[in-house]
Amino acid sequence: MNELVFFINNVIVAGSVTGSIYAIGAIGVTLIFSIMRFAHFAHADMMTFGTFMVLLLTLAFPGVGGAVGLPTPIVMLPLAMVLTALLAVGVDKTFYKPLRAHGVKPIVMVIASLGVTLMLQGLIRLFAGTGAQNLYLAGERKEIYRLEMPFELASRPIIVTEPQIILFLLTIVCVVGLHLFLNRTRLGKAMRAMSDNPDLARASGINTNHIVAVTWVIAGGLAAIAGTLLALDVTFKPDLSFFLLLPIFAAAIVGGVGHPYGAIAGGFVVGFAETLAVFNWAVLLRPFRDSLPEWLAQAGNLAFVGTEYKIVVPFFILVAILVWRPTGIFKGKVI
Amino acid sequence: MSTQQTERREDIVAAPSRFPLREVILFGALLVVILGVYAVMGSAYSTRMLVEAACYAILALGLTIQWGYAGQFNAGVMGFVALGAFATMFFSVPANEAFWGTELPGELGRALLYVAASILLVYGATKLDRLGVPRKLRTLIAIVLAVVLYLVVISVLRSVTGEIESRAGFIGGLGLPAWSGWIVGGALAGAIGYFIGHICLGLRSDYLAIATLGIAEIIKAFLKNSDWLTRGTATVSPLPWPTPGPSTLGFTLARALYLSVTAVMIAVIFFLLHRAYHAPWGRMIRAIRDNEISAAAMGKDINRRRLEIFVLGCILMGIGGGALASFNSIFDPNGFLPLNHTFLVLVMVILGGPGNNLGTIFGAVAVYIIWLMSEPLALFLMHGAAAIGEGWFGWEPPGNLDSRALQARVFVIGLLITLVLRFAPQGLLPEKVKHHG
Repeated sequence: MNELVFFINNVIVAGSVTGSIYAIGAIGVTLIFSIMRFAHFAHADMMTFGTFMVLLLTLAFPGVGGAVGLPTPIVMLPLAMVLTALLAVGVDKTFYKPLRAHGVKPIVMVIASLGVTLMLQGLIRLFAGTGAQNLYLAGERKEIYRLEMPFELASRPIIVTEPQIILFLLTIVCVVGLHLFLNRTRLGKAMRAMSDNPDLARASGINTNHIVAVTWVIAGGLAAIAGTLLALDVTFKPDLSFFLLLPIFAAAIVGGVGHPYGAIAGGFVVGFAETLAVFNWAVLLRPFRDSLPEWLAQAGNLAFVGTEYKIVVPFFILVAILVWRPTGIFKGKVI
Repeated sequence: MSTQQTERREDIVAAPSRFPLREVILFGALLVVILGVYAVMGSAYSTRMLVEAACYAILALGLTIQWGYAGQFNAGVMGFVALGAFATMFFSVPANEAFWGTELPGELGRALLYVAASILLVYGATKLDRLGVPRKLRTLIAIVLAVVLYLVVISVLRSVTGEIESRAGFIGGLGLPAWSGWIVGGALAGAIGYFIGHICLGLRSDYLAIATLGIAEIIKAFLKNSDWLTRGTATVSPLPWPTPGPSTLGFTLARALYLSVTAVMIAVIFFLLHRAYHAPWGRMIRAIRDNEISAAAMGKDINRRRLEIFVLGCILMGIGGGALASFNSIFDPNGFLPLNHTFLVLVMVILGGPGNNLGTIFGAVAVYIIWLMSEPLALFLMHGAAAIGEGWFGWEPPGNLDSRALQARVFVIGLLITLVLRFAPQGLLPEKVKHHG
């Protein structure tokens, strides 16, 4: 039974955590793709930027969280979301809009977004340094909940931490909110129209500049949420972005590029694939040790890849999808 | 205008104008800057800078083939550089007797045979439908077989490599001259490039960018964690030079000698590329880049040509990576960074002028100087700011100014990319294409 608890802790909980973070990030990438038709490489750095803003705000107002009963970073998150959205809109105005006006190829936009990535990275590291920093400052502590299993054989509890619970709740809120926004509001419908056929949308009187700005606001806000929750779960590292970029793109492509619901599914597929691949399956075989052939029972490590190869997993999913189903599981656009 | 008629068919590339004013001014300015660096930083440092810039120029030429000639965006230069460096390390480092003198090579060979056998077996299973097995069942069999064999083989390999690591450290090199490693590095990079290109070139270019970015990280992860093969983070040094080293000739002279080797390499590559560019082959490549559909209508095999270009670029990157690794004399898998080895090269190409070989070389040297000099400059500015802050507002400046000034490079490179795209999208030395009306 302990083995099952171990499995739940290491795969179900950890997979949902990474899955949620990838999903929230991938929604942004997918939205930007469907409106502006280029792969936005600076997305992971917008996440880092949002987290950095949370860090600064938490440093500036340390005691706020205690008054509300939530961790201070979570209280500061809405403000950071606004700041990140502002940054996203500003970056678009300064760097992408002139290029769009010139009518450049999408790949040139991709290169421009690489330039933005590097500038953001340089600035953040210039101010934040390169070391890891904990978002729990000034005496706040991560709450850890231990759920005891109601079975005789299970002596170990299932462990969930406070940021993880907040993460799950926020993911649900984001997904439901996005769904309502896209289906119920005028703006959301206009966005979908523009994603389906930009020329037709423009001809029917939709203000494209407006839609583009809204897209950046949503993508920036979601990026701030994903980055902050990741940083709360582990720590804030200014050089995190490159490790996030690949899984997020993998998630967006697996779900079908330009497809918001696909991005959510893709995020969880990639997140679970990562945790399942590095999980040591030998642990689950232990209870059956006596009935197994000796060579299998003796195997100490049955993980598919070592933890150091975790970054490889999203890439393999990506290649597999490219080969077998270039439109993704939800039939998005082929880029 | 002269009305002179020639029998020769005109190339669609413009003939060089009578006096290349732009080139002369730009290269003259570059020369002045280099002399300035020589005057300020000393000859040993500056020669080192030039050698590294020359190695980068080879990488940039590789990328300019892909991006400038064919419009393929390779965001994984780092991976091919790492492959070239690895091959150079593996070929040029002296053989390790603690490994070759024992029974370990035999066991490693046996494990690798298992790997090969299981690959063959899985490949065979994917062909089962030819024997009348239903397709769905064949897929299922192939996947299950692959998973099971993978787990078996990986555990065999793990035990052998663990043994190698604990008893011999790593398997060492082959003790051959450095240039053999460069050639093999180019071949290895080309082979991997063939594999990626085969999968991704048919799709839109964003996919290629993401895929190459990923493969570069995978190559790095593999080299970093395969301690039995590369010593991983423990690094391998010194790597031998193809020319007499600094210990016999002194720093400046030895580096100058190395510089001449790389200069000859660049000259040869430049000459070959120039010939190819103006040959029918180059015309075909440009036709494919500029109008794929009409080129296909003319009967050109688009995907094959694209693959050819991609592999050629990767080969150059492998060779350049090998030359760079030999010069630095250390193989450190952790030292390969997307910033240093991908984006820097990208900036070189787009600043110099994609598709223009001379422009690319200019861009490589110019950007490398900017890259090296932005750190001391940022440090100078930051010290100035810190002094002002301390004097006027009583600030306590953070202690790690030096490591933070290093980040100024990242910012400068990013700024360069966006500025060039905005204000000089064709680069400083644009490719000269004449369009006939």
